[in-house]
Amino acid sequence: MSAQQANVPYYFVPGPSKWPVLAGVALLVTMLGAAGWVNSIALAPELCVIGILGLLVVLYKWFGDAIHESESGMYNARIDTSFRWSMSWFIFSEVMFFAAFFGALFYARSISMPWLADLDHKILWPDFAAHWGNAGPAGTIETFRTMGPFPIPTINTALLLTSGVTLTISHHALRAGHRGKTALWLAATVLLGATFMCFQAAEYMEAYQEYNLRLTSGIYGSTFFLLTGFHGFHVTIGAIMLSVVLYRVLKGHFTPDNHFAFEGAAWYWHFVDVVWLGLYVVVYWL
Amino acid sequence: MSTTAVDHVHDHSHDHHDHHDDHAHDVPTGWRRWLFATNHKDIGTLYLWFSFTMLLSGGVLAMLIRAELFEPGLQFFKPEFFNQLTTMHGIIMVFGAIMPAFVGFANWMIPLQIGASDMAFARMNNFSFWLLPPAAILLLTSFLVPGGATAAGWTLYAPLSTQMGPGMDMAIFAMHIMGASSIMGSINIVTTVLNMRAPGMTLMKMPMFCWTWLITAYLLIAVMPVLAGAITMTLTDRHFGTSFFNAAGGGDPVMYQHIFWFFGHPEVYIMILPAFGIISQIIPAFARKQLFGYASMVYATASIAILSFIVWAHHMFTTGMPVTAQLFFMYATLLIAVPTGVKIFNWIATMWRGSMTFETPMLFAVGFIFVFTMGGFTGLILAVTPIDIQMQDTYYVVAHFHYVLVAGSLFGLFGGYYYWSPKWTGFMYNETRGKIHFWASLITFNITFFPMHFLGLAGMPRRIADYPAQFTDFNMLASIGAFGFGLSQLYFLFFVVIPSIKGGVKAPAKPWDGAEGLEWTIPSPAPFHTFEVPPTVK
Amino acid sequence: VKDSIGGPAVLQLNFQPPVTQIAQQIYDLHTWMLIICLVIFVAVFSVMFYSIVMHRKSRGAKSASFHESTTVEIAWTVVPFLIVIGMALPATKTVVAMKDTSNADLTIKATGMQWKWGYDYLKGEGEGISFLSTLATPHEQVVDSTKVKNDNYLLEVDNEVVVPINKKVRIITTANDVIHSWTIPAFGVKQDAIPGFVRDTWFKAEKIGTYRGQCVELCGKDHGFMPIVVKVVSDADYTKWVDGKKKEMAAQADDPNKVWTIDELKTRGEKVYTANCVACHQATGKGIPGAFPALDGDPVVNGPRGAQIDVLLNGKINGAMQMPAWKAVLSDTEIAAVITYTRNTWSNKAAENIVQPAEVLAARK
Ligand code: HEA
Ligand code: HEA
Ligand code: CUA
Ligand SMILES: [Cu+2]
Repeated sequence: MSAQQANVPYYFVPGPSKWPVLAGVALLVTMLGAAGWVNSIALAPELCVIGILGLLVVLYKWFGDAIHESESGMYNARIDTSFRWSMSWFIFSEVMFFAAFFGALFYARSISMPWLADLDHKILWPDFAAHWGNAGPAGTIETFRTMGPFPIPTINTALLLTSGVTLTISHHALRAGHRGKTALWLAATVLLGATFMCFQAAEYMEAYQEYNLRLTSGIYGSTFFLLTGFHGFHVTIGAIMLSVVLYRVLKGHFTPDNHFAFEGAAWYWHFVDVVWLGLYVVVYWL
Repeated sequence: MSTTAVDHVHDHSHDHHDHHDDHAHDVPTGWRRWLFATNHKDIGTLYLWFSFTMLLSGGVLAMLIRAELFEPGLQFFKPEFFNQLTTMHGIIMVFGAIMPAFVGFANWMIPLQIGASDMAFARMNNFSFWLLPPAAILLLTSFLVPGGATAAGWTLYAPLSTQMGPGMDMAIFAMHIMGASSIMGSINIVTTVLNMRAPGMTLMKMPMFCWTWLITAYLLIAVMPVLAGAITMTLTDRHFGTSFFNAAGGGDPVMYQHIFWFFGHPEVYIMILPAFGIISQIIPAFARKQLFGYASMVYATASIAILSFIVWAHHMFTTGMPVTAQLFFMYATLLIAVPTGVKIFNWIATMWRGSMTFETPMLFAVGFIFVFTMGGFTGLILAVTPIDIQMQDTYYVVAHFHYVLVAGSLFGLFGGYYYWSPKWTGFMYNETRGKIHFWASLITFNITFFPMHFLGLAGMPRRIADYPAQFTDFNMLASIGAFGFGLSQLYFLFFVVIPSIKGGVKAPAKPWDGAEGLEWTIPSPAPFHTFEVPPTVK
Repeated sequence: VKDSIGGPAVLQLNFQPPVTQIAQQIYDLHTWMLIICLVIFVAVFSVMFYSIVMHRKSRGAKSASFHESTTVEIAWTVVPFLIVIGMALPATKTVVAMKDTSNADLTIKATGMQWKWGYDYLKGEGEGISFLSTLATPHEQVVDSTKVKNDNYLLEVDNEVVVPINKKVRIITTANDVIHSWTIPAFGVKQDAIPGFVRDTWFKAEKIGTYRGQCVELCGKDHGFMPIVVKVVSDADYTKWVDGKKKEMAAQADDPNKVWTIDELKTRGEKVYTANCVACHQATGKGIPGAFPALDGDPVVNGPRGAQIDVLLNGKINGAMQMPAWKAVLSDTEIAAVITYTRNTWSNKAAENIVQPAEVLAARK
């Protein structure tokens, strides 16, 4: 590294790149498609999918460029610090995103529900009783059963917690310079994440078929599926990140003291983990 | 700000071919330069042009609103279309004009002010920009789809928002994209400020503009995701049968308002703090005296930002909150007057016993302080719950927020433009014309929005296409003022901005003798690459 | 135009004259705030303009070098803080008073709907009275600028809310579709009407007269056209009004088991249609594409009756388009009449062309 450092500018600034603007175009196509899709307009789903695929291709190329720069030693310690700051604040913004949904759950449950059932509201909803998991005061929602913590959510908790451990083992291995071990434990982490997703899919199926619990099941169904679904989406993203990192580990991109891509993905994974713990308590237990 | 004496400044306009290789140093040309830009100055320019275009689009909508409101009765538009105009005017101005304009300033000035070679993530910077035109396209084309653009107000209150046509979905997706853009832009700014300051540039030596933007960026990172969450729930309520904001299923329309305003109130400070920063640069420069109370300015800005998270429900006093909540939000809101006052007083103390001249930037800065304070006072009056209950959703509120947004944010932006444009274009703007622009704007602004206080006090509701005939006189006056204000901005574009890009008196490196800071140590126009070797700040 | 009595005056500069104690308190609070703000404003800006005049370079002013003083910073933090407390204290009392809706003499429920108000007298003298209240300003005055506008243009309704003087009236607000907001500026009262929730507020009017307000929460296209009018009368007049209103309601109440002829139903239905349906579906029955569906040629209107009765009673959500539920608003006879009307108007010639009130009653289950 240090031999190269002399050639490296004080702070590397990439030259012109066509990826950002292309990503913008792809996103426009995606969103136009999505707006059409939710309104059942013909060909809009196709448009949306094309947009997403385009976006993926562009991102692939873009990250390819970045990896290339990283590999050719353009990134010095200062840039590494930049990555650390940016990843931290990105995760913070995700925390706030989840906070909006957790807040919605809290508000609906602890403020709106008692309101709807109080004495004044008897003129609108004479027989509404405030217990969480109700089918809404209007009685227009089919009855459903609510989700408890057993067995799937608890298994999933164990899975995610374990994945946190395997990831840490992998990180230690990386720092010790054992590439094989790093890859192995990293692969285990991805696998645990994938298993989590399978279980969640099974849980959703059960919810729809056995519990009659749907996205349309009033505020309970709404918050349940939005919170767990949004989390599941993040697990998927995290797993993809880790897979890319795994690929790069196998390619030998990382050194024991220079592997921020690994660490960033790991931070993200731990964040997803912590959110799950919150969900596990708030959605399934309380 | 304490002194930013520069130890030694490298001249970067030539011979730096010895310490780099990989990146192209020749200035890219043609359309590629703009589409593929990774240079903070180019991206800043893109942002500024984009936001000015949006200001004109939002302004045209405002002119249509004022035309319809010139007289009682429905003259030009059906009420449903009028509501689209109001809504899109608000959305375009807030998300398309004011916010990106400040990001443009940040892009141009932050690296120059802290002695950095560029933004921390140059490509992502370009992406943040290139997300905006798609969002604008979604917004503007939504007028053309069946049912037209969203007409639920810029606040998109549920459940009215569930009644809208596909235009609503386009607006939701546009706001998602703009939110992503803001978050990326903010992360970029935070990282740049924290990690790329030149040696010796400690945080407490940083120019105020960088400070205000640092704090603004935190606000953005914290609240844009919350907005995204709120409108995502609107989307699922509309199309996937959820009941977040529907009482029948156990949800609550008021919950939307809480989530929205948790974003919305910090949002209004997002639109004013960078303007505070600009003013804090201009006043010392033209008073030829250091900014008074630099440290307390920093603390005041931070206090405003922190307080902004606990006042949101002052927009919801009429929704029927428990009395304790009403009192809490009233007290918290009133408190914001204290740090804001500190800022005003410090500016005046800076002017006190200075050696002042009044070029256009200074005029806008003084105009800003004067008129913004009026808007701040009406805000304070609105913060008092019983009074707000009388005025909520009337034109008094419209008057309040145009005083802080137009005479605040927009005047701040104009001031910043006059202050820094010599550095951007290399030419001095025409001083007389700048002054004409200032006086025309100031006067017509007040003709437009001052009468709205009376309308609001008398009870005229917002967002109506037609009004009781007693309100006619003040509405006519406001409309006339509005057309004048609009023409003043056209004057700004054609007689100030465009000529000063094309040519004129060459600007020296430091056109203002009282100005301080690294940006004035480089030539005008700023060369394509600056501070590739960081200067050392003592 | 002349001043609107009980509404805004021409060139009015301040709040409308208060007729309740709360409104008076609000008025005084505002004056108090205005004075404080003006004093600060004048003080702060005389300093600034003094400086602008005296400390300019062209007068040869040399800049001083001071730039810090902890003392003044503390002073101008503490003093505004105290001022702010002086603003908050008197307001607190009013907030608490405004919230106290207990011990009302009369309770009225106000229901906001697109785009009219429904009132139900729930408790106190007049209990049981209920009516709808819609804009009374003729449509031509709105769209035709050559027509002279009434003094109470957009501030007049067909059925006013009538309340006795000096009685504590509690208004319960709710809504059927979206959020509306019920206000009478002269009373210092404003309360959002939130669908599915009830909220309340109160007033005690101290002057006989008619007072006017407008819906103040954006509620869709005719948001500007749903005024609120409250008539404050003496106790004796109030009793008279209650009697009259009760008789009128009894006379109007239709027997849902009466069998009507098709023409009777069509005539009645046209009235119901113009009062409730035109705003969305339009007089032409063509609706507004993308926002409100057409009834002319609509398969439900021309198909079996049961489906249409269901839609009218319970409403329907179709993507972004929402038909409100009418079961609480319209009587069986009115629903039967308006269905019959739509089935026989424009190009519609439904096979099942008549619906009797009894069928609607049955469908209510
Ligand atoms: C740049 C944007 C901006 C800024 C800076 C502000 C600043 C403030 N705003 Fe405003 N506001 C808006 C933009 C802004 N607002 C918008 C867009 C809306 C409407 C949204 C919508 O509904 O569409 C709104 C609405 C709004 C409401 C809701 C009204 C309603 O809908 O019923 C309230 C109520 O409390 C309020 C209060 C305040 C207060 C107390 C401040 C304070 O920050 C002001 C502080 C400043 C001063 C007080 C002046 C200077 C101070 C001194 C000279 C010190 C000495 C003074 C004293 C001690 C008194 N605002
Ligand atoms: C963020 C900044 C911002 C800015 C800069 C403005 C600028 C202006 N606004 Fe703003 N306005 C809002 C934010 C802003 N507004 C918001 C958030 C709302 C609330 C929306 C809601 O209720 O949901 C609102 C609502 C609002 C209303 C209330 C509408 C209603 O309740 O129905 C009105 C009414 O007069 C109005 C007027 C104006 C005018 C005349 C200008 C002028 O300053 C504009 C001047 C600029 C130009 C005119 C452009 C330049 C000129 C041309 C392109 C040439 C054409 C000119 C002529 C033909 C003369 N605005
Ligand atoms: Cu009803 Cu506005
Ligand atoms: Cu606010």
